[in-house]
Amino acid sequence: MNLPGDADFFGWVLYIAKHYGVIFLNGAGVTLLLALVGTLIGCVIGLLVGVLRTLPVRRDANPFVKTLHRLLQFILAAYIEVFRGTPMIVQAMVLYYGSMQVFKVDMTPLFAGFFVVSINTGAYMAETVLGGIDSIDIGQTEGAMAIGMSHWQTMLYVIMPQTLRNILPQIGNNLIINIKDTSVLNVISVTELYFSGNSAAGAFMRYFEVFFLICVIYFVMTFTCSRLLLWIEHKIDGSSYYSLVKSDMMADPSGHNPVHMGGGKTWTN
Amino acid sequence: MDELKSPILQVRHLSKSFGDNVVLRDINFETRHGNVICIIGASGSGKSTLLRCINMLETPTSGQILFHGQDITGKGIDINAYRAKVGMVFQSFNLFNNMTVLGNCMAGVTKVLKKDKKTAEDTAMKYLSKVGMAEYINAKPHQLSGGQKQRVAIARALAMEPEVLLFDEPTSALDPQMVGEVLEVMRSLAKEGMTMVIVTHEMAFARDVSSRVVFMKDGVVAEEGEPAELFGNPKQEATKDFLARFRNQ
Repeated sequence: MNLPGDADFFGWVLYIAKHYGVIFLNGAGVTLLLALVGTLIGCVIGLLVGVLRTLPVRRDANPFVKTLHRLLQFILAAYIEVFRGTPMIVQAMVLYYGSMQVFKVDMTPLFAGFFVVSINTGAYMAETVLGGIDSIDIGQTEGAMAIGMSHWQTMLYVIMPQTLRNILPQIGNNLIINIKDTSVLNVISVTELYFSGNSAAGAFMRYFEVFFLICVIYFVMTFTCSRLLLWIEHKIDGSSYYSLVKSDMMADPSGHNPVHMGGGKTWTN
Repeated sequence: MDELKSPILQVRHLSKSFGDNVVLRDINFETRHGNVICIIGASGSGKSTLLRCINMLETPTSGQILFHGQDITGKGIDINAYRAKVGMVFQSFNLFNNMTVLGNCMAGVTKVLKKDKKTAEDTAMKYLSKVGMAEYINAKPHQLSGGQKQRVAIARALAMEPEVLLFDEPTSALDPQMVGEVLEVMRSLAKEGMTMVIVTHEMAFARDVSSRVVFMKDGVVAEEGEPAELFGNPKQEATKDFLARFRNQ
């Protein structure tokens, strides 16, 4: 085997890319999978916890319901504080080895990884969602209540769609953070990108060149994601104009109103 | 025809305080089918709070609100079902920002009244045409002017086909040009016999359309009566003062 010279930086980079490229790409795939699934499940947890934290309790509710409500709020607050207040690397160790020792559950490192990233993201997202809900004008809630919507309907149809749009940048932020921070899962031997980099570096004792490559791969992933998210945000905002519906609905021969029969385009702003 | 004779809404001995601050004190009034009640008074006299209490957006501290004789402040009342029958139009419109004009008017019909989409769309279109906003069904609220928003808000409330409509200063956030178009819609509703309770600063409008006028001052009903009488020949000093200030403007 012809190894590059000791001072040949690019030689080493190419050599490692050639021999470890597939392994690195596999690692990158695992990293991306962990980040995407973790962020997705985290968002679901965050939305659920966030909405539950806004759950109102009627003043005339019976004491049992009130106690239950208080207990639920305590558990949710505790969940957020504990998972926000401890490092993910430590959570991974506690969960992975703890489940084995205490509950005799032998989960795979990857499963433990999904678990840790999800509940960690969930704790952060819960706070983001709560802030997002608070930022929606109270008039939106009152408008929904005034036509008879329940708390859940108000949340589902009026508040959440607006909240989601507002916190989309924060969700993207979390995804990017997760792409980077899943690297800590190497402590429980999840074969993500950092882990595969470490094994390659160990094999040749070329830490700089290997991690330079790893660095580039991480950046490509995060940059692509951030651009993609920007594009999605623009898509959701939709067009800045609307079309007037000129035709008279009573004259519509189909008997159905012509929602899609757009007239002239009206530009705003 | 008992339904026409007996009151739809009765407010009895209603009081509301926020902490030590008493906003409403022993309010009594009622409205019958087809009545238009205008509530006038200076800012801070409790008009809006009274209206918000009627829709239970504020919980009264004491007293009763009877809807067809049933006390809706009592226990075990389905407030959402009550609100579906008592529509409300706000000063700040409160249209759903995430929905189009059509979506705003359909939301309550499909989600609360559980009607199918086709029915909801027809109902929404019927009332949007009535307020002259049928052309704008594809627009989002932020693309409309204040007057247009308020007309959509009225259509949204009407689409629920409520028994009573509450208006909380519907023209106060509008510039003078747009006030006219909203009042025009409300006038035509009054003519058609819609039961309405309106908090307003538009004295000419109140005089023209109302069956009864309630003048509020410092959280109490200072005077109440037929519009011709209350505006033409007010009994209380407070009412005279208040109306004089409006005439001088």
